[in-house]
Amino acid sequence: MSAILQVERVTKRFGGLQALTNISFTLETGQILGLIGPNGAGKTTLFNTLNGVYSPEEGHITFLGKNVTGHKPYELSRMGMARTHQIVRPLKDLTVRENVMTGACFGHENHNLTAAAHIADEIIDFVGIKANPSMLAGSLNVAQKKRLEMARALAAHPKLLLLDEVLAGLTPSEIDGMVTTIHEIRKQGITIIMIEHVMKAIMNVSDRLLVLDYGQQIAEGLPEEVVHNPRVIEAYLGDPNMARRLMEEG
Amino acid sequence: MNKNTLFHPGLWLTLAVVALVGILPIPGQDAALREVSFTVLVAIVTAGSLNLLMGYTGYVSFGHVVFYGLGGYIGMYLLDSFGVSLPVAVLAGGAASALLAFLLGKGILKLRGAYFALVTIGVNEAVRTFVSTFEPFGAATGIELQFSVYKAYGGAAQALWLVYYMVVGLALFSVLASYFIKHSKFGLGLMTIREDEDAAEVIGIVTPDMKTLAFVASAILPGMMGVLFFFKNGNVEPGDAFRLGVSIETLVMIMLGGQGTVLGPVLGALGYQRLRGFLLTSPLFKNTQLVVAGILLLLIVLFIPAGAVGWLRQRFPWLRKVLA
Amino acid sequence: MNPGGFLTSLADGLLIGVVYGIAAMGLTLIWGVMRVINLAHGAVMALGMFGVYLLFSGLGLNPYLSLVLVAVAGLLLGMLVYYLAIVRVINAPYLSTLLATFAINMVVIGLGTAALTTTPRDTGFTLGSVSLGPVTLLGTRLVAALVTLIVTGGLYFFLYRTRTGKFVRAVANNRAAAELMGIPSMRILALSFGIGTMLASIAGGLIATFFSFNILSGEVYQQKSFIIGVLGGLGNPVGALLGGLILGALEGLLPLAMPNTWVPVIEFILFIVILLVRPSGLFGEKE
Repeated sequence: MSAILQVERVTKRFGGLQALTNISFTLETGQILGLIGPNGAGKTTLFNTLNGVYSPEEGHITFLGKNVTGHKPYELSRMGMARTHQIVRPLKDLTVRENVMTGACFGHENHNLTAAAHIADEIIDFVGIKANPSMLAGSLNVAQKKRLEMARALAAHPKLLLLDEVLAGLTPSEIDGMVTTIHEIRKQGITIIMIEHVMKAIMNVSDRLLVLDYGQQIAEGLPEEVVHNPRVIEAYLGDPNMARRLMEEG
Repeated sequence: MNKNTLFHPGLWLTLAVVALVGILPIPGQDAALREVSFTVLVAIVTAGSLNLLMGYTGYVSFGHVVFYGLGGYIGMYLLDSFGVSLPVAVLAGGAASALLAFLLGKGILKLRGAYFALVTIGVNEAVRTFVSTFEPFGAATGIELQFSVYKAYGGAAQALWLVYYMVVGLALFSVLASYFIKHSKFGLGLMTIREDEDAAEVIGIVTPDMKTLAFVASAILPGMMGVLFFFKNGNVEPGDAFRLGVSIETLVMIMLGGQGTVLGPVLGALGYQRLRGFLLTSPLFKNTQLVVAGILLLLIVLFIPAGAVGWLRQRFPWLRKVLA
Repeated sequence: MNPGGFLTSLADGLLIGVVYGIAAMGLTLIWGVMRVINLAHGAVMALGMFGVYLLFSGLGLNPYLSLVLVAVAGLLLGMLVYYLAIVRVINAPYLSTLLATFAINMVVIGLGTAALTTTPRDTGFTLGSVSLGPVTLLGTRLVAALVTLIVTGGLYFFLYRTRTGKFVRAVANNRAAAELMGIPSMRILALSFGIGTMLASIAGGLIATFFSFNILSGEVYQQKSFIIGVLGGLGNPVGALLGGLILGALEGLLPLAMPNTWVPVIEFILFIVILLVRPSGLFGEKE
């Protein structure tokens, strides 16, 4: 197993605000890395930096052996990185099918419309969007929009998938369903980084955890270790529910 | 491309409308009717081409007329100074506009929203004021074709009909182009950019290239049309060629009919030009054509921004099968 | 070229530029407060020109006094336009407000052309000239500059020393937050639009004391307002004034070095370049 992603001392600043400081980790192919931390820790910022939306002020990012620091999002997509957004971004005036097709058409496999339509229908099934694919995406409810966002990312058959809080707002049974789907995705050989707040799920699913707090990396390693790490507990003490759950589930 | 795309009733409906407008004056060789159809067809092509940029990609240009004017000038210049044939001049006009779009594209398409709209006005004005001082293009007086140019086409009357047939052809072509682009991978990419440009980049669309391509595509047909229009006119002047009002009217036509659809700009152009014609010839409204158009525009913007076709498609989803 | 000629051209340009600056201030204020590009700005300027002209030639009213009436009319007209055309689409995509203001422009120009025709008008107003060493300045220009200073001072006082002015700045900064604080944003927006058009009509009135004009002249000055607005940084009223000075200086000096007809080309190219290279303007957008 080789490293699909290598992040070295990545730092991101916005004017005077230090959003990320010296983030470093290596991600092996086929792993699931859980990215956790209190709100505002910089998790989505890290995604944005990996994905090319932001360019880090310092540090390097190596994806599939290639230095991609400062590359644009479409370049990363073409290499095989896909992501979902925390606040979903459906293409409202396009149909569900067309939404998913964009992933297949413009991702690294670069399909034509006909092939993309087939892939889209498969993925829509796989992810479990129970809506007519010819419906406009704008008319879906939030849970369906989340699945749509994931479907669009999956349609690109990515090598690395960044999932940003795909479980937020779901009922417990929906969460279980989504976790199963994520296991299925991993079975297809896709490497995953997941930002999550639903502790039970992420503990269940992740091979490793990375913890951010105020833009700094405060812990990284196996879930059982990380969760007992005093610094991690301290970071979450600001949120007593979180700390309690960590202690209970750890 | 599959069977479903090719036989979509929407395409054939739109083609039929354009063909009808085009064919109307031909059987009777009616020159007056030809002039009416000519104006409508030019509007259809201009609106259809701007729709590529505005309706599909979501970039609103207030300076679309610059392609029409520049193409026209290049074509007229070649006709007047080098005596090229009309088809060559037309192609040159289209090429010149495409080149302008290509050179500008990467730069100005970085701007979004209102800033983009502003810069397109600037581009039109810059080209207009430049052409007004450019001696080889006749500076402020423009280019006037010598009558002898029409001899090569069998005289002025024949030339006018020739131009008309070419315009009909271009109009039909523009409908086909609009339709097939909309149903192509390129079109899907453009519409993704329109819906959410940042998400489009994340999905993998190389937005600068795609936007520039759309911009270039939107420039070619107006460029060609410009040559035909001014050839028929006999002369071209900076004020006529780069009239900001034309850009705005084109926007109105697209909005009236429904931006982002294939049929919309066609119906919008048809409707607007007929309304305009009616106002200009009606003794009551002659002086207030601009006022009526302005009120119409305001009503559309305030109450039915999706335009006629857009509103119909939203209100009656089953109509999507018939209205492309 | 004699230094006197050069300085006179420069001074003249600056003084005219400052008047353009008022118009640009109005445009930039509207943008800054509500993110609307007012394509009817030129039309209002033209109305301002006609207002002063008609009051002067019809009633013999001193232009500077009619300016007050014209200003009030401009304010009210702006608020009317806001409630008629803009309020419904204030939160819609920018295209709607652009087209809405343009529609108003069409209506005003259309009505104006029908009522007033396109015959050029000239107030023929003059205040003689003043010589300061090698420089000769027209009286009308000097008074106009004075008026500009008064207006700018008034605007500053309003925005920074009155409660309503503070509301305007709050709404410009963050409309949602302002509403949460109980500021009647709808009324403030209408007022802001009105102030913007008021500035346009004042500028128009002053221009009527310099140059001949017709109902279509507003278009040209509107374009200048855009160039100045972008130069100075959209949303920045002080930038607009400074931008006006720059444009005025350019318009005064460039004709000394090149044919008159090239000046607009340079201006529009400058406009494009600024938008591409430094869209926040030379002096930065004021948030």
